[in-house]
Amino acid sequence: MELLTLADVKAYYRTPSGQIVRAVDGVTLSINEGEVLGIAGESGCGKTTLAQVLALNMQPPLYLAGGEVLADGVDVQKLPPEVKRREYRGKYISVVPQGAMSALNPSLRIRQFVADLMREHYSDLTKRDALDRAEQRLRALDLPVRVLDAYPHQLSGGMKQRTVIAISTLLDPKVLICDEPTSALDVSSQRSVLELLRWLMKEKIIRSCVFVTHELPLLYQIADRVAVMYAGRIAEVGGAEEIIFRPQHPYSTALVGAVLVPEKGMKERRVEGIPGAPPDLRTPPTGCRFAARCRFVDEQCKADPVERTSGTRQVWCWKPGASA
Amino acid sequence: MSETLIQVQNLSRLFGHGKGAVAAVNDVSFTIRRGQVISLVGESGSGKTTVARMLLRLLEPTSGRILVEGHDVTSKKNRESHLAYWRKVQAVFQDPYASFNAYFSIHTCLERSLGILEKPLSRDEKMATMRHSLEMVGLNPNETLHKKPFELSGGQRQRVMIARALMVKPSFLVADEPTSGIDASTRASVLNTLLDINKKLGMTIMFITHDLGLAYYTSEEILVMSKGKLVEAGLAEQVVMDPQHEYTQRLLADVPRLHSRPTA
Repeated sequence: MELLTLADVKAYYRTPSGQIVRAVDGVTLSINEGEVLGIAGESGCGKTTLAQVLALNMQPPLYLAGGEVLADGVDVQKLPPEVKRREYRGKYISVVPQGAMSALNPSLRIRQFVADLMREHYSDLTKRDALDRAEQRLRALDLPVRVLDAYPHQLSGGMKQRTVIAISTLLDPKVLICDEPTSALDVSSQRSVLELLRWLMKEKIIRSCVFVTHELPLLYQIADRVAVMYAGRIAEVGGAEEIIFRPQHPYSTALVGAVLVPEKGMKERRVEGIPGAPPDLRTPPTGCRFAARCRFVDEQCKADPVERTSGTRQVWCWKPGASA
Repeated sequence: MSETLIQVQNLSRLFGHGKGAVAAVNDVSFTIRRGQVISLVGESGSGKTTVARMLLRLLEPTSGRILVEGHDVTSKKNRESHLAYWRKVQAVFQDPYASFNAYFSIHTCLERSLGILEKPLSRDEKMATMRHSLEMVGLNPNETLHKKPFELSGGQRQRVMIARALMVKPSFLVADEPTSGIDASTRASVLNTLLDINKKLGMTIMFITHDLGLAYYTSEEILVMSKGKLVEAGLAEQVVMDPQHEYTQRLLADVPRLHSRPTA
């Protein structure tokens, strides 16, 4: 079942000087029940903007320029903001923001923060009940209950991140959007964050998860499906295994090629980065957006690539699977 | 075997006083040979950055010695000796966004760094040095020098940081998490830049990182730190493929990989 569907979504930013930044430019994507969808790509490719759209959290200067966002079959853009905020955000879709380090209010104990959040959504809930529920949840997640009495600065980075995830999932949202949840953490804390997410999925506290990161090995650890984004569009989407071991789009191939892991064979070859940088999305190039950095570029690539589907995989490239 | 460049002997650093004192670095000893690429690996809080800061003479050790080319540098504490030290030992820091004064052009930022040279350079010499080191890291000086830091991408800024360090022709470079702030796609190119410089100039490089993939790719030797102590040291191949210490084994198990996947 599709929990969240994007149909040809265009989400643009309006700059103060009146220019338009086409951060998400025609993305069609669905998030199914029971799956972890990974979104990969470099900085400046629109990953975070896509996460904002999925989180139903578009605030100026970001606006929806076209397309539909369907949550549970309902076009959420047509709902009054108040309903969207109270009934969808937090309950249906919840977010673990980028830099969860600063997602907590530094001047409130976690306890107060949690109580405020719960009572915003359930106005008849007493503070005691709210905290009881929070305590139960923390115990279930194997986190010490004492974090409720702490101020954010008293927690370590990994602990803070796990606390934020616990708070984000207090209302049992169907979809959890995680935007670079592990980027500031070391490997051990990364692992515990992944384990926590996996557990939440297994216990069906969340029904699906969107995991945004530029670290492919991390995605491989957790994602069932991966969407590779480039310059506001999806370059390739398919099963995690397929994308990482048999990438079809030259951009995915290059991303996979730039991965550093402590595995055999890593030391012998020279790992190449991707030369150049993603295009300026104020003036995106016509045709294939990756053409300027692609090794296999030719005349054909001046036109917009058409979608090619094989099984569960979709690729937008004129030469899928091209190799030197 | 080539000669020893750096010898760290029983280095310790305490923070705080009396009972509450924390030993961030506790009796650490190692040697670095000239021309070597070596990594110091550990989790957050393991004390690896404290070691880096002491190696850079930004922090005084509580006890222990650092010998550079056989001379004890920890005993000299005046400004002159610090400046002389920084002509030999330079750093690349983690956050390319915080490493530059946002008000200055790259030209000004780099020019100021040349101030530590013993013999003041003429304007032309300065310009030539700056252009040369920018070219070394693969940047076009004509396109870079007049820009302000915000006009460069993270990877470019990190390259400028490397160029800045190279200008004084140091014999030792400490790179503290040089790529954790930049994209995976750019990471390899920045590391390759450093490795090429190591080959071309024979410059010794120490990476401080929590990323074992990076350490394995770049380094000949890996040192592993945990809770202020050195727990394992050896050739990269041995440490990664056949870790002896329990902590290293755990650290390796935590690294996300491509060829093994947890069954959830």
